[in-house]
Amino acid sequence: MSVLVYTESEQGKFKKTAFEVASYAKAVATQLGTTVTAVALNVDDTSVLGNYGVDKVLSIKNAALEKFNANGYAEAIKQAAEKEGTKVVVVSSSANSKYLAPLLAVGLNAGYASNVIEAPTSTSPFTVKRPAFTNKAFETLQINTDIKIVGVSNNSFGIVEDTGSASAEDFSPSISNLGVTVESVDKATDKVTIADADIVVSGGRGLKGPENWGMIEELADVLGAATACSKPVSDLGWRPHGEHVGQTGKPVASNLYIAIGISGAIQHLAGINASKVKVVINTDPEAPFFKAADYGVVGDAFEVVPQLIEKLKTFKAQQ
Amino acid sequence: MKILVCISHVPDTTSKINFTDGDTKFDTNGVQFVINPNDEFGLTRAMWFKEKQGAHVTVVNVGGAETEPTLRKALAIGADAAIRVNTPASDGFSVAKQIANVAKEGAYDLVIAGRESIDYNGGMVPGMIAGLIQANFVNNCINLDVDGTSVKAIREIDGGKETVSTSLPLVIGGQKGLVEESDLRIPNMRGIMMARQKPLTVLEPIETSTETSSVSFEKPAPKGAIKLVSPDNLDELINLLHNEAKVI
Ligand SMILES: Cc1cc2nc3c(=O)[nH]c(=O)nc-3n(C[C@H](O)[C@H](O)[C@H](O)COP(=O)(O)OP(=O)(O)OC[C@H]3O[C@@H](n4cnc5c(N)ncnc54)[C@H](O)[C@@H]3O)c2cc1C
Repeated sequence: MSVLVYTESEQGKFKKTAFEVASYAKAVATQLGTTVTAVALNVDDTSVLGNYGVDKVLSIKNAALEKFNANGYAEAIKQAAEKEGTKVVVVSSSANSKYLAPLLAVGLNAGYASNVIEAPTSTSPFTVKRPAFTNKAFETLQINTDIKIVGVSNNSFGIVEDTGSASAEDFSPSISNLGVTVESVDKATDKVTIADADIVVSGGRGLKGPENWGMIEELADVLGAATACSKPVSDLGWRPHGEHVGQTGKPVASNLYIAIGISGAIQHLAGINASKVKVVINTDPEAPFFKAADYGVVGDAFEVVPQLIEKLKTFKAQQ
Repeated sequence: MKILVCISHVPDTTSKINFTDGDTKFDTNGVQFVINPNDEFGLTRAMWFKEKQGAHVTVVNVGGAETEPTLRKALAIGADAAIRVNTPASDGFSVAKQIANVAKEGAYDLVIAGRESIDYNGGMVPGMIAGLIQANFVNNCINLDVDGTSVKAIREIDGGKETVSTSLPLVIGGQKGLVEESDLRIPNMRGIMMARQKPLTVLEPIETSTETSSVSFEKPAPKGAIKLVSPDNLDELINLLHNEAKVI
């Protein structure tokens, strides 16, 4: 009846979120007085999960699941949950996990809470806290079903190191219906994605045009950050749609969000409220972003950003 | 092709969010309700299928009588018929069960839902409907083409997009990109007049269990004042981010 955690990987290696969800699963297991079993798909060496509280890994090697497939992955996790007699399944809040979790919920007849930001406040009844109304409030949600699925919001719980060791066991679920076939993937692989990034550097209409994005990218480079933008910027075609952040775009839950030339309209803020520290650089001291941010510079991006890049390079070199 | 478009009735983004009854209920006082933005993209894509491929489009909402103006708006935009399942939308799973029942009974080929609604942000209804009716499912869908029963779709993934192929029956979780924003429709006078003639069927709910329940709500603690740094003193900004905020 261990807590089951789905640990995401890419090209045979765990993603950072895998360690965060494992840490979360460990916290739940401690509350329940049980152990943590992880499901890992096509990962060669799973032993590292022991460092994050996992006791046992069900290691699945399946060529048909080489590429993410929501049905196939949900089916695999379902069979793992049944095998382990699991009552709590923990997943991340990546786009893929949010894709498979509702299918898994139907398969296990389990209540599902998404975007959970803390360890359960109680395990009986099982209650968790999550944002609602696009980050304008928090909801305390009770899951009433026998089996529960918790989707942990990125960067909310953090990674907690542990000294245990994880044993590995081969597991071969039978997967029949994939339903959807991936034809092609179009992804800038060398770039940090908004979902995975600790730091996001975002530009708005204040940057005047796509030709000025060089400094945004350079700043992101120095910080190891992902780049993002406000909605009009992607609408105008200055940046790809996938970078648009906000209520109708991507949510950002990074540790640091730097907004440059973005006014801070409510629809934009809705997408970034879950970020921990916000910095705004804007010429207009009345821009609403100054009310939402932690640190601010009233100034012209074209003067401030190049200077900031130089100073950060010096700072990084000294670290 | 028979299309069912799920319409969530949500507070307009600029609404003030308050709670009543000891912070256990959302306060609808003075709140303006709209079609969920993600659903609006889906509805417009459905209109495209109607106009180009002769699809029949029904919109569905799970909710009390107060959601009917939102359904009427969807009819005014061009949907052919509307269904309201007469029960409060208490949690994502039970909403999905109600809609799955409608989808099954009506033998819809394509169910279009928004990837999430902007009130409870659960992001589970589309996938659960797909699971319940055993249809194929594409989430974060930003492009959709249907030819007979074969489907090509593009979905947004973290850091990019992927092209997938699948077949009807299909459920999608749609979002911005499904249609151009400039193509989103606003009901015109003729549409509003015609909507009055269109059927709005009220169905009684099937019995479901409550998988999750809201216990209470709270608003974020008020933020401390912003620290402003002079553009001539960016070292100070780096210092604050390093030593105080500890994020670089
Ligand atoms: C239903 C709906 C959904 C929406 N969803 C989203 C969403 O998901 N995401 C989103 O971002 N928006 C969304 N919007 C749009 C939102 O309301 C704003 O229009 C948008 O966020 C504004 O983008 P911006 O701040 O880049 O541009 P602007 O409003 O044009 O602001 C530009 C800012 O740049 C500053 N500036 C100008 N020059 C400089 C300079 N040289 N240096 C520094 N600063 C400078 C200006 O002072 C200004 O504050 C939505 C709107 C609606 C109605």
